Amino acid sequence: MKEALLSLEHLSIDYKIRGGYLSAVNDVSMDICQGEIFAVVGESGCGKSTVAHSIMRLLSGGNAKIEGKILFDGRDLMTCSEKEMEAVRGKEIGMIFQNPLDSLNPVYTVGNQVSEAIMLDRVDKQEAMRQAVKLFQDVKMPDAQERAGSFPHELSGGMRQRVMIAMMLSRHPRLLIADEPTTALDVTIEAQILEIIKELKEKNNTAILMITHNFGLVAEAADKIAVMYAGEVVESGDVFEIFENPMHPYTRLLMKALPRRTKREGRLETIDGSVPRILDKKPGCRFANRCPYASETCRSQTPGVTKVSETHRCRCFLVSDSSDRKGA
Amino acid sequence: MRGYLIKRVLQGILLIVAVSMLVFSLLYMMPGNPVDMIVDRKVSVEKKAELAHEMGYDLPLPQQYVRWVKGIVVDHNFGNSTRYKVPVLDLLKDRIPRSLVLCGWSLLIEMLIALPIGLLCAIKKNSFFDRFTVVFTLILTAMPAFWLGALLILTFGVGLEILPISGYKGPEYLILPVFALVSASIAGTIRLTKAEVLEVLNEKYVTTATAKGLPKRTVMVKHVLRNALIIVTVQVFMSIPWLISGAVVIEKIFDIPGMGGLLLNSIIVQDFPVVQAVLLIVAALTVICNLISDLVIGILDPRIRISMGGGDK
Repeated sequence: MKEALLSLEHLSIDYKIRGGYLSAVNDVSMDICQGEIFAVVGESGCGKSTVAHSIMRLLSGGNAKIEGKILFDGRDLMTCSEKEMEAVRGKEIGMIFQNPLDSLNPVYTVGNQVSEAIMLDRVDKQEAMRQAVKLFQDVKMPDAQERAGSFPHELSGGMRQRVMIAMMLSRHPRLLIADEPTTALDVTIEAQILEIIKELKEKNNTAILMITHNFGLVAEAADKIAVMYAGEVVESGDVFEIFENPMHPYTRLLMKALPRRTKREGRLETIDGSVPRILDKKPGCRFANRCPYASETCRSQTPGVTKVSETHRCRCFLVSDSSDRKGA
Repeated sequence: MRGYLIKRVLQGILLIVAVSMLVFSLLYMMPGNPVDMIVDRKVSVEKKAELAHEMGYDLPLPQQYVRWVKGIVVDHNFGNSTRYKVPVLDLLKDRIPRSLVLCGWSLLIEMLIALPIGLLCAIKKNSFFDRFTVVFTLILTAMPAFWLGALLILTFGVGLEILPISGYKGPEYLILPVFALVSASIAGTIRLTKAEVLEVLNEKYVTTATAKGLPKRTVMVKHVLRNALIIVTVQVFMSIPWLISGAVVIEKIFDIPGMGGLLLNSIIVQDFPVVQAVLLIVAALTVICNLISDLVIGILDPRIRISMGGGDK
């Protein structure tokens, strides 16, 4: 197996709220290697964005309690000083955010904002601007030269996301975190942005951590996936394995909820209920209240991680004796 | 941009005209009349009527107004003070600069103190410094300027005898009045700066700026403060007329011969031409400050720059 570029080891994040801790992320482990697209999939509020932000140490201040290790290239980012993190951000790890509409500063031109990043690597202003325009061309921005002088509000959502990508690629990071990069965009733009991200992986061998709730996007691009539910990774593995042979009841239900090609196949399936807020950690499977197969064991004991195959992991009691469940 | 400017200037002129009418008619609604104030009580009614006729106070109000406006526009003459018997303009010529110097210094010092403190409070929210500042500004807000002024006179002028307490003969005479004025308005500016910075800190583009690897100081100055300043600047310009009216009381307390003292005295003795002129100047200043603040936002915020231009860049 390849050496992992980024490994999360038993990462847990709790938010301090009035009267206790809210468990946002619990015991998450994953390995991302150079040149692969790793997708984290899950509903809103399942903690996937929190994981992404914690890698960059962007979680705001004092009310998040983080445990576990975030190893990047063998170095634990959790123990880095703020100064050392500044050298990692942008240079080693880039990050694209969910909403390109408010992720760019409204008072500076986009060219300025991209060249500002490039200038951190001791490049003079004119050269930085030239590189910024070059990057805009790379992300297929029409009229790159002219657009560099535009303010964010003068650009469409797709163009702004291109600016974000150009900005985060400008310093050639080895890992790119894309936090729902296409959620705010329409489908054609989504396909183009995805194309840019895939090209990036091919050309520069960049590792990409893609956070999304869109299974279609995952099938299209990802090499590996991790399915998250209520702060835990319930199933992870090679993209083909998961799509061919989903083990966890949640993954199966999610896949059933995907739109089909025709109307004839009936109404879209939904999963009843919503992601619970885990206030204090009690034993029991976090999916038990929505799981159609839940038994007494599921409610009283916490399931461990089962190895289905060398690359496929699942957190469910039913998986060990999954042979008789396959048809379900 | 030019169209917008012309529109705003015209609006401003209309506003000044409206204010001038209001000021003019309000004075005549006040009980008493200017003639009674300048002559002795024993003067006969006929003599008074003669005086009123001489000064034009017997004409119908609209006619008086037109005469007054014509005097200002054509001859640049605000009339004669009924009390001092000299042209109002001569009275104002020395006093306006004194008031402006007082307000100018107050504003400058207020900004130099309030902006860094507000920024620091926001960055170190809930720290000891922040809590201390919150309490301290609350105390400042609760202290009226005239009371603080009197207290300052007592402490530094009468008690310690290190600063002059009244009059205006040199820069040291400004220290206490400026101190009092700054104390009266600084609390609001500190809070506003803090609130604005806190709001901008939550913006996603600040996270973006951090994520691309900018050092914290650059993020704070270039991205946070720069955006927070948009609202703060507007507020500062809008507070200038307010500052001037606050200075009226302070000028009176420290006996600075500025516009404020003149205005107060003139209202008491019903010196109409002076009151009208001073109020008109304050109104004009307010309009001008509003206009400048609009233009400054346009410069600071490109989103507004474009909407001002009505489409073109």
